[in-house]
Amino acid sequence: MIFILPIVQLLILSYTATFEIKTTRLAIVDQDGSVSSRDLISSFSGSGFFKIKQFCNSVKEAEELLYSRKVHQILVIENGFEQNLKTSEKGGKIHLLVDAVDGSAAGIRAGYAQQVINQYVKKINLEILGVSRFQEPITIEYSNWYNPMMKYTVFMVPGILVLLITLIGMFLTSMNIVKEKEIGTIEQINVTPIRKWQFIAGKLFPFWVIGLFELAFGLVVARVVFGITVAGSYPLLFSIAAIYLIMVMSLGLLVSTLVETQQQAMFISWFFLVIFILLSGLFTATESMPQWVQYFNYFNPVAYFIKVIRLLVLKGAGLAQLYNIILVMIAYAGLALTLAVLRYKKTV
Amino acid sequence: MDREKVIEVKNLVKKFGSFTANDNLTFDVYKGEIFGFLGANGAGKTTAMKILCGLSKPSSGDIRIVGYDVYHETERIKNSIGYMSQKFSLYDDLTVWENFRFFGGIYGLSRKEIESQTQLLLNRLGIWSYKDRIISSIPLGWKQKLAFSVAIMHRPAIVFLDEPTGGVDPVTRRQFWDLIYQAASEGYTVFVTTHYMDEAEYCDRVSIMVDGRIRALDTPENLKSTFDCQDMQDVFIKLAREAKYQ
Repeated sequence: MIFILPIVQLLILSYTATFEIKTTRLAIVDQDGSVSSRDLISSFSGSGFFKIKQFCNSVKEAEELLYSRKVHQILVIENGFEQNLKTSEKGGKIHLLVDAVDGSAAGIRAGYAQQVINQYVKKINLEILGVSRFQEPITIEYSNWYNPMMKYTVFMVPGILVLLITLIGMFLTSMNIVKEKEIGTIEQINVTPIRKWQFIAGKLFPFWVIGLFELAFGLVVARVVFGITVAGSYPLLFSIAAIYLIMVMSLGLLVSTLVETQQQAMFISWFFLVIFILLSGLFTATESMPQWVQYFNYFNPVAYFIKVIRLLVLKGAGLAQLYNIILVMIAYAGLALTLAVLRYKKTV
Repeated sequence: MDREKVIEVKNLVKKFGSFTANDNLTFDVYKGEIFGFLGANGAGKTTAMKILCGLSKPSSGDIRIVGYDVYHETERIKNSIGYMSQKFSLYDDLTVWENFRFFGGIYGLSRKEIESQTQLLLNRLGIWSYKDRIISSIPLGWKQKLAFSVAIMHRPAIVFLDEPTGGVDPVTRRQFWDLIYQAASEGYTVFVTTHYMDEAEYCDRVSIMVDGRIRALDTPENLKSTFDCQDMQDVFIKLAREAKYQ
């Protein structure tokens, strides 16, 4: 179970937790009814990203479709569009009404629409006005380095691998000592001459091995299913993962020594995990978060590892680029482990 | 006869805030003795026992276990004692043999010693065939006997038993006490708490705690004559009635 569930998670999340939006349903209110407006509409339908759901006679009618979520956007082409396009200084006017309930999706959809319209503008510059497109002052050509196809899975899979070993590291270890408290075996251990560090090491080692094994397994799945290969070195990746696991496992153990029941352990580690993960930059870029989050992330083990694993897996960063972060991670791991050992008391 | 003292307790006090759980306990336990530590629920038995095992620190008092001081030498004490708690404490998801190997390993026994001790103790119980069974599949009575065997496998000077026969049938309890006698005859000192007064009769000496103090300490015979009672049950009831908290 400890192996199968995370892999299922990797497959499902990587395929589905995507920002790519395949289709946008569009309602059209064409008040102009001209050749140019139909031309614009056909650029939308021909783009492959938009599906024209319905032509409406009034904006009001279209708004109802938007309200009932039957469409994502409404394109309103104003009366006199073609006329203005050809003669007016200001050009033709259209409105794009966007359902912004889901902010990020709305932004992406609006971006697609913008692209379609830009294409259309280029076309009419050439055809209608007879102006060569070489007169465009600047053309940007994007090339996406380190993830040339801008594939979402390439961005996501390393992050989800981080998530998997974090869960094993923190969640399972946090339950560990508490479980012994609950069933009473901890008392039996505490009357033995076992050393604290021996006990803690014994508690961590199995999960450490499982975590690294899971990472290896996940990398195989990433390669076979998603075709993602590690650009950097495998030994470096596993060394860093080993340090990272000590960081999260020590935090888990610390929780375990502080609480009395498994419920409490679960609640507390879940609380921290959610915060760590959401602020880590796994789903959204940390650069767009408030300043205090940037400070908070100095304490966020997940943020460190997400950064490292993306640099290493996608960019092929080596020790020279990463040694700063690695040093911080080592210090963090040492500190957390020391705290966990100190917190664990053999007396009651 | 000047016998060797393995537990020396002088003026042991343990306070939790304003509550005094152990009020000035003083007693000695001699080598090879079966010492019954009796008292009603809440009288302070478990607290005192935890201090003697090094699980808890006393508020004051001079306590030596096998000559080691409970304030500074708890780890040495832990090497010389065995402990079997109220809650049954072998690992349920390991086999009998794995439990022996695990605890033997913690006490630093060599693999050979672990093997020979396991063989000896399991054969004594007549359950060598249980060796590879998972603990959770074994009846409670046998588990208790196994826990006792694990507690003495590293040949401790003293073995502490905290209500070892709670919840087991009379036949098994009798068998359990046979084990205790055998251990005592081999020179182990047995320190046992119990609520069964017939078991108190089996002890060499018995102390009875009431409200955190030791109210009586003697052989079962002497206690019965001192308090003019038929059996230990009556002695206990007579003394326990004095308690403030009932």
